Amino acid sequence: MSTIDPLDIFRAEAAELLEQIEQGLLDLEHRLDDRALIDSVFRGLHTLKGSGAMFGFDALAAFTHHCETAFDRVRKGLAPATTDLVMAVLAARDHMRALVEDPAGDYGATGAALLKQLQDAVDGGSGRTEPTAAIDQPETIPAAGAVASTAGDAADKSQMRRWRIRFSLPPDTLFNGTNPLALLDEMRDLGDAEIQVDTSNVPPLDAIKPTDLYLSWVVMLTTDRPRADIEDVFIFVMDEMSLNIEELGPFDPAEPILAWTPAEAVATPAVAAGRMAEPALPPATHAAEKPVHAATGTSQRSEVADSMARRKAESVRVPAERLDELMDRVGELVIAQSRLTQIAASSLDAQLRTVSEEMERLCSELRTTMMVLRMVPVGTLFERFRRLVHDLQRDTGKTIELVTAGETTEMDKTVIERLADPLVHLVRNAADHGLESPEGRHAAGKSEIGRVTLSARQVGGEVIVTIADDGRGIDRDKIRAKAESSGLIPVGAVMSDQEVLQLILQPGFSTAATVTNLSGRGVGMDVVKKTIDSLRGTIDISTRLGEGTTIALRIPLTLAIIDGLLVRVGKGRYVIPLPAVEECLELSLEEDLRSRGRSFLSLRGSLVPFIRLREIFSTGSKPDPYQKIVVVSTGEDRVGLVVDQIIGDHQTVIKSMSKLHDDVSTFSGATILGDGGVALILDVANLVAAGREQEAQLRATA
Amino acid sequence: MTAQILTVDDSASVRMTTRMALTRAGFSVVEAVDGVDGLTKAKTKRFDAIITDLNMPNMDGLKMIEEMRRLPNQLGVPILFLTTESDAGLKTRAKSAGATAWLTKPFEPDQLVKLVTRVLAR
Repeated sequence: MSTIDPLDIFRAEAAELLEQIEQGLLDLEHRLDDRALIDSVFRGLHTLKGSGAMFGFDALAAFTHHCETAFDRVRKGLAPATTDLVMAVLAARDHMRALVEDPAGDYGATGAALLKQLQDAVDGGSGRTEPTAAIDQPETIPAAGAVASTAGDAADKSQMRRWRIRFSLPPDTLFNGTNPLALLDEMRDLGDAEIQVDTSNVPPLDAIKPTDLYLSWVVMLTTDRPRADIEDVFIFVMDEMSLNIEELGPFDPAEPILAWTPAEAVATPAVAAGRMAEPALPPATHAAEKPVHAATGTSQRSEVADSMARRKAESVRVPAERLDELMDRVGELVIAQSRLTQIAASSLDAQLRTVSEEMERLCSELRTTMMVLRMVPVGTLFERFRRLVHDLQRDTGKTIELVTAGETTEMDKTVIERLADPLVHLVRNAADHGLESPEGRHAAGKSEIGRVTLSARQVGGEVIVTIADDGRGIDRDKIRAKAESSGLIPVGAVMSDQEVLQLILQPGFSTAATVTNLSGRGVGMDVVKKTIDSLRGTIDISTRLGEGTTIALRIPLTLAIIDGLLVRVGKGRYVIPLPAVEECLELSLEEDLRSRGRSFLSLRGSLVPFIRLREIFSTGSKPDPYQKIVVVSTGEDRVGLVVDQIIGDHQTVIKSMSKLHDDVSTFSGATILGDGGVALILDVANLVAAGREQEAQLRATA
Repeated sequence: MTAQILTVDDSASVRMTTRMALTRAGFSVVEAVDGVDGLTKAKTKRFDAIITDLNMPNMDGLKMIEEMRRLPNQLGVPILFLTTESDAGLKTRAKSAGATAWLTKPFEPDQLVKLVTRVLAR
């Protein structure tokens, strides 16, 4: 608790506000007269300014203040919202971000230029050239005027003066939360005060409104403070009250204290307090009561701890690395727990078994809770693309509509962050190269507005993020030709459509010399693939010439821990990620023999290729009489993996493999088993690809 | 009895600063994130003082102050508002909505505590 820096909170909050401003502006661009959006942007600017100033981001506060002032005219309807204005504020918003990130940076005249641009946009729109006062000269945001400093004025101690202060407050004063007793207390703090209350305006009991104030006061004050300090007591009620402050001259101790007469008191508008009424007491009893006040102060302090305990936090911001740390610990705990389970299983001690089972359940719950903690909606990622598309629109001259779906789908925060760059690539490609020019679209009989769709949905333990465009599609023949000419594939190789498309993910596939309508499609695609691979995800590409391209990224929900199915092949043990497992079947010896040569199995009417892991891993051992087939899938494609034995499900902490094993595509990592042994984790995507290859070859030879 | 203060602000950083200052001074703090939230919390219990931002989503401070003044259980509770403007117009509007006092942002934590102490009668 104590280590959280308010400054960090401010930065996180500023980032959110900037996001809110940006989203608001982007929406505003399409609905220029939407009051709610204008208000939302204004509010964002306003809050940013306020918090910025609170946390010492003076440059930010001053700059934002000017933007706010300019935007306020739009809000008040003095200037219309225009596209130019949106652009100008967007640019200003970027400058604000820079000011948040590096308040001390040297920005030269950037700020002034942006403000000028903004001012022009506001003036241009309204047809007025009169400058908004605040924009011309930087103005410091006024410091709190409410609480005036009292220290500086105390210099002239010797000059004790006498004042007569008459005041009456409006009847609704009590109702509006001002307690006249507090005002009287403040005057006592200024010096010796004799207070006389005038009750002459109190109505008969049956006419009293309990919330109304009927009293007025005359205070004889002896103080060395200036008039301004006395006025300051009434600062919050000044406008509604009647106040008369008279200086009676220097204080002369010889002069009798009683300098007022009842007649004078009656001359002021009379008042009375209902509920909080201070009865008309003789003035002497109201002289300073400081010792009592001091006591109140100490008793408040002693209750600090108490109030801290009672305070209830609704949400807590935690640095991501702490969550990572916790995740690591949970991972280690899961390993330790599975060892315990193993030991307990081989023990006859019933108590140990009970505890072990309890531990297993708790671990699993802890893990689930941990995962949920790290989940954030993918929408936060999608929102960034609206700006990208907005900019792409400007750069390419195409009209692009970004459609997003499934924003509420949740994913691990680190996964989402790492997805950002690949998605930028893919969206940029879709907009830049996938979509045709407006003329091209018109000629093709399509709407001139190109559409890029970003969507996310959860399927089992994976999230499928798709980027789809309704552009020209990818020409497989051209890819093929390109790959053949660059030597990536042998000429005339037998390849499925999917394989041809996957070629664009190869490093070095696309260069500047690529056919025009493909250029860029491959730029950085190998980087995309690398990132997705590192997330243990897969990329599916589907395309139709003239209709568009859809790229689907299948990403596991989380990185650190997976549920796996532990199997045995020969003497080795392997883990198959459970989300990929569809079903387990038995492969009898006869079936096995019958299927030799054509490794397919008929599964409810569809043909599923299967792979004998024993053969791939060259175990050299005899197959078990009753082998099992684990059917795994990546969504569209299925493949059966033939194993010797299914041991059971296993919660697995993934340990990545060493650099030396970088080129091993069959395994995605390793894990430590309960008995301390090591099991390799199968890379299902690659195995399925192998299965697909088998199927394609069969089709090709058939 | 520790004075209970309701703070209403859409900015987490301002809420935190306010809370830290007030709890250090011995007050107990309840937080709300916007006008609607503030009003809901004000309906459940009486506070000794309420501090609110004016510019907030869902329900702005002015509207919230007006509504709060209609709640029987917040009768006569001091309502302080935070404002970035020195704009007299806004202050007048807040006052006529029923606010008691104001504090101009940016403020020092001490100023806030001083103001709260000031409006709470001793």
